[in-house]
Amino acid sequence: MKAVITVIGKDMVGILAKVSTACADANANVSEVTQSVLDAYFAMIMLVDIDQMGCSLEELKESIQAAVPSMTVHVMHEDIFNSMHRI
Amino acid sequence: MLNMKDIMETITMIQNEHLDIRTITMGISLMDCADSDINRSCEKIHRKIYRLAKDLVKTGEDIEKKYGIPIVNKRISVTPVSLLAAASGGDPVTYAKTLDHVAKEVGVNFIGGYSALVHKGFAAGDKELIESIPRALAETDFVCSSVNVGSTKAGINMDAVKIMGTVVKETAERTRKRQCIGAAKLVVFCNAPEDNPFMAGAFHGIGEPDCVINVGVSGPGVVRSALSKMPKDASLSEVADLIKKTAFKITRMGQLVGAEASAKLGVPFGIIDLSLAPTPAIGDSVAYILEEIGLEQCGTHGTTAALAMLNDAVKKGGIMASSNVGGLSGAFIPVSEDAGMIEAAKAGTLSIEKLEAMTAVCSVGLDMIVLPGETPAETISAIIADEAAIGMVNSKTTAVRVIPAIGYREGEILDFGGLLGSGPIMKVNQKSPAVMINRGGKIPAPMQSLKN
Repeated sequence: MKAVITVIGKDMVGILAKVSTACADANANVSEVTQSVLDAYFAMIMLVDIDQMGCSLEELKESIQAAVPSMTVHVMHEDIFNSMHRI
Repeated sequence: MLNMKDIMETITMIQNEHLDIRTITMGISLMDCADSDINRSCEKIHRKIYRLAKDLVKTGEDIEKKYGIPIVNKRISVTPVSLLAAASGGDPVTYAKTLDHVAKEVGVNFIGGYSALVHKGFAAGDKELIESIPRALAETDFVCSSVNVGSTKAGINMDAVKIMGTVVKETAERTRKRQCIGAAKLVVFCNAPEDNPFMAGAFHGIGEPDCVINVGVSGPGVVRSALSKMPKDASLSEVADLIKKTAFKITRMGQLVGAEASAKLGVPFGIIDLSLAPTPAIGDSVAYILEEIGLEQCGTHGTTAALAMLNDAVKKGGIMASSNVGGLSGAFIPVSEDAGMIEAAKAGTLSIEKLEAMTAVCSVGLDMIVLPGETPAETISAIIADEAAIGMVNSKTTAVRVIPAIGYREGEILDFGGLLGSGPIMKVNQKSPAVMINRGGKIPAPMQSLKN
C-alpha cells in the first residue's frame, strides 16, 4: 500500500531533505518524487510505501508538518486518488 | 499510475472547494425493541443503539485521517418511532429522550426517526406521536422528526396536513428562545425515501435491513469551481457533461468511504446519496452554481431550467460511479444554508413561489425557509399541501421544512448560526386557505396514465 504526501508553499532551503528525513524516521520508503518550483512556489508530490511503516498516516503527517511548519502538508492514502480518477 | 494533475485536483477540491463527506449515517432497525412496557422498550433501544453505534464516531474519524477527507457529520437514523409507540402506548416523548440520551453517549450529531408514516391514514400511535413532536423537539437537542403525509400511490392525507401546520407552528413557539430551532428539525414529506442519510428527514425504513451504513456526499463548491473555468459561450450540453463528470468523481470518493466504514464496523453498506448540499461557507452554494451557469441571480427566470439540468446531471454522474446510489441524490435548495440563496431572498429575486417551482425539478423541497411569525397554521398547512401535491403528481420526493420565526416580521433576519445559517423572513401570501384546509379528508391518488 502507498500513501501520497503533498507539500505546497513558499520555496526555501531543505524542504525535500526534511520531508524525506521524516519519512525515513517513520520507516516509510519513498518510491517516487515529483517536484516543481513555479514563481517561488514549491510543490512536491511524494509517493511512499507504507507497508513497513511504524506509525499511522496521521502521525506521519504531524511529524512532516513539524519539520516544515510553514508549508501546507497533506498525507493521504493512495486509494482516494485511484477511486476518484480511475474507472 | 497517479499523475500530478489528478492529485492536485483532489487536494484543491478538499482544501479550497469544500469537498467533504457530509455524513455517515448508521441506520438501525428498532423493530426488535418493541415492548408493551414503554420503559422496557426504551431500555432495549438504548442497549441496541449503543451496541451498534459506539464505534461509529471513532471509525469516521479514522477514515478522515487515512484519506485526508473531512467527514462532517456522524449520525443515526432509526425505525419510525410511531411503530414502537403503537406497541407500548404511553408518552412518546419518553422515546425522544432515550434517543437524545444515547445520541449524546455515542457522540453523534443527530439522531433521526422520531417519525410517523401517515400518507394513507393514522394507525395506533401515529396521532399521539405527531401531537407530541413540539414537546419532543423542545425537550431534546439532537432528535430529528419527520412525518410522511402523502405518496403517489396513496394520495395526500389532508387530515395529517392540517395537523402538521399546527405542529410546525407549535414547535417553533416552544423553541422561540432558541431561534425557533425546533422547526428546523422537523420535515413534512411526500414520498419519503427509506434510506436517506441526510437530516432532518432521515429515518430507517421498515424495508431496510437490521443495521446499515449510508453515506451522504456533497460538493457544490467543486461543481461551481469546475463551471467557473468553463468559457461563457460553452453550450449547455457541455455544461451538463462537466457537471456529470464532477459528480462522478465526488461519488467515487463517497463510495470508497462508505465501503471502508461498512467493512470496519462490520455492517452492510446501504447506499450512497450524492446530494449537492450547500453550507453557509463562502463558495459552497447551489445558488452560485446556477449563477455560474448564466443567471444574474438565483430566482430569476431560467432558474428552474438550470436547476433541472443540474439535478439530472448530478444523478447521472452518481449512477455511473456507484451501483448503490439511493436516498435523495440531487441538489438541495435550503435557503438559510446557502449564501447565494440568502442574498437572492434578501434582494427579492427569490420568492417562495419560485422556490416551489424549483422543487418540482430538484431533489427535495421547500427547505429551511423562514416565515413571518404570525403566519397562520392553515397557511403553513396549505404550503405543505402544495408541496406534497408536486411530489405526488410527479412521483418524486418533496418535503417542507419551514420555520415560523415567532416575534419576527417579513424582511427581518433569523440567525441560527453554524451549518443552519441565517434566513431572511420571506413574504407569504396573505389570502387565507383556511376553508380548504379545514375540510380535511384525502386528496385521492393521481392518474399514472394520460399524462399531460
